[in-house]
Amino acid sequence: MLKTFPKGGIHPPENKITAEKGIKRMAVPKVVNVPIAQHIGIPAEIVVDRKDKVVKGQIIAKSGGFVSSNIHSPVAGTVTKLDLIIDSSGYKKQCIVIRTDAKDPSNFEEVENPLKTDIELEPKEILQRITDCGIVGLGGATFPSQVKLNVREGTTLDYLIINGVECEPYLTADHRLMLEKAEEIVVGIKILMKALHLKKVVIGIENNKKDAISLFKKVIKKEDGIQVAALQVKYPQGGEKQLVRAILGREVPKNGLPLDVGVIVHNVGTIFAIYQAIQYDKPLIERVVTVTGKKLQNPSNFWVKIGTPIKDLIAEVGGLPEGTRKLVNGGPMMGKAIKNTDVPVTKGTSGILVIDEEEASRGEAKNCIRCGQCVFVCPMGLEPHLLMNLSEKGMYDKASAEDIMTCIECGSCSYVCPSHRPLLDYIRFGKNIVKKLETSKN
Amino acid sequence: MTDSVLYSVLLLVSLGVVAAVVLYIVSKKFYVYENPLIAEVDELLPGANCAGCGSPGCKSFAEKLVNTEDISSLFCPVGGNDVMKEVAAILGKEVVERDPTVAVLRCQGSCEVRPKTTEYQGPRTCAISAMVYSGETDCQYGCLGDGDCVKVCKFDAMYMDETTGLPLIITDNCTSCGACVEECPRDIIEMRPRNKRDLKVFVGCLNEDKGGIAKKSCSVACIGCSKCEDICPKDAVIMVNNLAYIDPVLCTLCRKCVDICPTHSIIETNFPPKKVKKVVEKKVVENVAVIKEEVIAESKNIKTDA
Amino acid sequence: MSQPIIISASPHVHSDRTSKKLMYDVVIALIPAFLVSLYVFGIGAFIVTAVAVISCLLFEYLIQKFLMKTDVTIGDGSALITGILLAFNLPSGLPIWMIIVGSLVAIGVAKLSFGGLGFNIFNPALVGRVFLLVSFPVQMTMWPTAVENNTTMADAVTGATPLGMIKEGLMFGDTMTNITANLPSNLELFLGLSGGSIGEMSGLALLLGGIYLLYRKVITWHIPVTMLVTMAVMTGIFWVIDPESYASPLIHILSGGALLGAFFMATDLVTSPMTKKGMIIFAIGIAVITVVIRLFGAYPEGVSFAILIMNAFVPLINTYFKPRRFGSKIKSKIV
Repeated sequence: MLKTFPKGGIHPPENKITAEKGIKRMAVPKVVNVPIAQHIGIPAEIVVDRKDKVVKGQIIAKSGGFVSSNIHSPVAGTVTKLDLIIDSSGYKKQCIVIRTDAKDPSNFEEVENPLKTDIELEPKEILQRITDCGIVGLGGATFPSQVKLNVREGTTLDYLIINGVECEPYLTADHRLMLEKAEEIVVGIKILMKALHLKKVVIGIENNKKDAISLFKKVIKKEDGIQVAALQVKYPQGGEKQLVRAILGREVPKNGLPLDVGVIVHNVGTIFAIYQAIQYDKPLIERVVTVTGKKLQNPSNFWVKIGTPIKDLIAEVGGLPEGTRKLVNGGPMMGKAIKNTDVPVTKGTSGILVIDEEEASRGEAKNCIRCGQCVFVCPMGLEPHLLMNLSEKGMYDKASAEDIMTCIECGSCSYVCPSHRPLLDYIRFGKNIVKKLETSKN
Repeated sequence: MTDSVLYSVLLLVSLGVVAAVVLYIVSKKFYVYENPLIAEVDELLPGANCAGCGSPGCKSFAEKLVNTEDISSLFCPVGGNDVMKEVAAILGKEVVERDPTVAVLRCQGSCEVRPKTTEYQGPRTCAISAMVYSGETDCQYGCLGDGDCVKVCKFDAMYMDETTGLPLIITDNCTSCGACVEECPRDIIEMRPRNKRDLKVFVGCLNEDKGGIAKKSCSVACIGCSKCEDICPKDAVIMVNNLAYIDPVLCTLCRKCVDICPTHSIIETNFPPKKVKKVVEKKVVENVAVIKEEVIAESKNIKTDA
Repeated sequence: MSQPIIISASPHVHSDRTSKKLMYDVVIALIPAFLVSLYVFGIGAFIVTAVAVISCLLFEYLIQKFLMKTDVTIGDGSALITGILLAFNLPSGLPIWMIIVGSLVAIGVAKLSFGGLGFNIFNPALVGRVFLLVSFPVQMTMWPTAVENNTTMADAVTGATPLGMIKEGLMFGDTMTNITANLPSNLELFLGLSGGSIGEMSGLALLLGGIYLLYRKVITWHIPVTMLVTMAVMTGIFWVIDPESYASPLIHILSGGALLGAFFMATDLVTSPMTKKGMIIFAIGIAVITVVIRLFGAYPEGVSFAILIMNAFVPLINTYFKPRRFGSKIKSKIV
């Protein structure tokens, strides 16, 4: 019996059509639009100006506070303007627009760095390097990594969990990365083990990626303290709390963090970014993006420079098919629908999903028939139908008492609702209001 | 037979007496003293419980009025100066007279001038669609058109115009309680002084984009050209972030800015029609029409006569 | 692109289950029981079912269209189910006007006056049935006996249901051994060759339908299994103590509306609790009340009353039996 989390969860069709497609390198775009708010927390502060020449990897926006991150230029070129551009939030956000220098060789010569296993840096230096290189969680939440790794002295920490679950349908970015960079990822894990003085690491991978599981089992044979855990296929297993529960049986307390039960969780993508930062001093300026969709000509996985407009990616896979009705930044369960193809790829973009008419339309919301499906599938043990009603009626105190804030917004409730009720829409709205009320109280 | 009648009468009477005694004792025992002034003030207030004053209802506002020393900062927007004066008279306190205000909609982005570029699916409330993204049009500053303001208005002073997709404010009904201002996630409703005869001049746009982008998303957007700022004799126009704002205190309603605005994004309300040449031409046309009608009528008459 | 891009909040994919599909699954699950009743009661069962279904749909249409002035939702299958379930709870050969009155009460009073699908507190079909039972007790307990009455319904030979026979016999001081001799055998009960309402005839057919619902995941096992087990345990205790005054658990489960109630009435999505804990409490409540009514009450059968009584407790159950919140109790320890 494979491990999984006990309560709730759903099995949406996987549709991992790009699982066999190796990661290709995207051509360097002519123009990149780099948003300054690519991570959770305070936006970075711009340190370049119009007409400035920038080299690849140069810091163009500095971390703006404790929970913030540096942003580096993904290309060598010239800053043409500082403009407002719609990002995946649907709103115009401050961006740094850089025109790529067509003559600069660094833009076109990608050096495939050889595997480097010796870790030279000391723990303190490692953490500093991670901060400098602007590493954020690449699983989608984009939480600045140095904050997560900043463990106060005296905190019990015994496990590092590597999240290779990728439970979102369609996405295969992490899967491909695990297949192609397994050894580098293991070195990345050892870097974190050194930095955090950790002895035990578990790599969690869902059982629909059998090739990745067997590959990692082979690679870690010689390593001490690293294990691979094959997990049942169930959404949302990639959620931190669900993953910790599935692998270690520990339940993260309400409103708590995995650190409260002695665990730190990192995505495989983040680990690879950390490996590159530590061993080759390479900042986070590119990531793996799955460009997928049932009707696309040749969907695939790509190494993409941060700031690349999504239309470049779409062009790479053969253009938008006839009848496209929705573009999603991220996976189908938690991704955000985007307004146009000028939206840039950011550190949090794990995939671009192109959906046609049939799948894009939401059914008309009907009366709740009180079937309880939303309650059964909620991995957090909440009652989505109740929370939706409470936030629709404006009873935010009550919603807060019903633990609305512990919702992880996985969307399982909206997925299963036979009446197509916009459960998560209202719950998210209620969460926003409760958050506002709480901050105004303090 | 008589017995049962008697018993039931007696039983009911005694029950009634017991209940009365209990009620009396309870009402005496748990009597709460309340300043009689509060009830008096409450009586004067409009009783709409609109929360426009900041208190949750009229009663609690009355308590606040009675219990605070200096009530100059408190104001009932619905009752206005008249009610506040009466309240002040009862309480023997001073109130500051305020100019009556009215809600105005600072967006003219109807379906015609501001084309929809995307389709939103989800709960049709402004609050949620604003949370999801910047709206169905390319303008992220203007009206979302889902009518949260209309739902929140307690005075039937707003309704959604089907043809434009924008809310309309019936100024006569508006009590300036401010509920719509609070509700709008885009902050496009502003409280402006009513002035005499409801004459108002204001910028009907909140688009902070640069001219070209703004104009592309909405043909009546403020493009930030500053022409109004230049022409204003009283320096009442302020330009911030490519957007003009007319200061209601400084504005003398001269309407020079209205004429010069290239995108007609400055709105004037309730002014009598201007005497321009076009109007004269129209009159001529109208006269012609009238004559034609008369001719037709005459010919009809002739026919009927015949 | 011809049409504009759609924007909506996540999730962007949805399961293909709809409430309509759920409803029609229930209808499919009721087919075996209907076929058995057709075989047993002939044209009478068909007439009762057809009248109930048509009048339920018609009342829903008329009330929504002209009284409530809302969208007409007769296509969603819920009124169809109400009609079938109402008919299944009536004896075949009931006067047609009574069926129509029952449908009016079920749809008009029990469902639409609460606000329509999803808002009703009580199971509409059962409200209709109980209304008829207390209003017209004579006609509602005239059971055409099976087998002989296969072709005609005019000269209906009436006989008591097994539960009615037991109740009556025990009241006159008869012993269970004597009563059981006159009862149909357990196998006959299971196959559906005894007297009773249209739908509660065959245990086998109901079980088939119930298994289909479980397989399609329209219902979960919690309510039917808990209810039947509790009933068996309770009646079993009495039976073991005094087999001469109490019928065996098998008779209790196979006769009357126990199976129909357990699989189709108590599991009604709208009027049952929304958590698994709550469902178990709810089912135990139904079983206890049913057994109490059957053994000690004036009526021989109590499933419909029991379900209606427990329906009233559902909001309370939903309030007090909540799913365990993730992370609310920290039992995990740090090694």
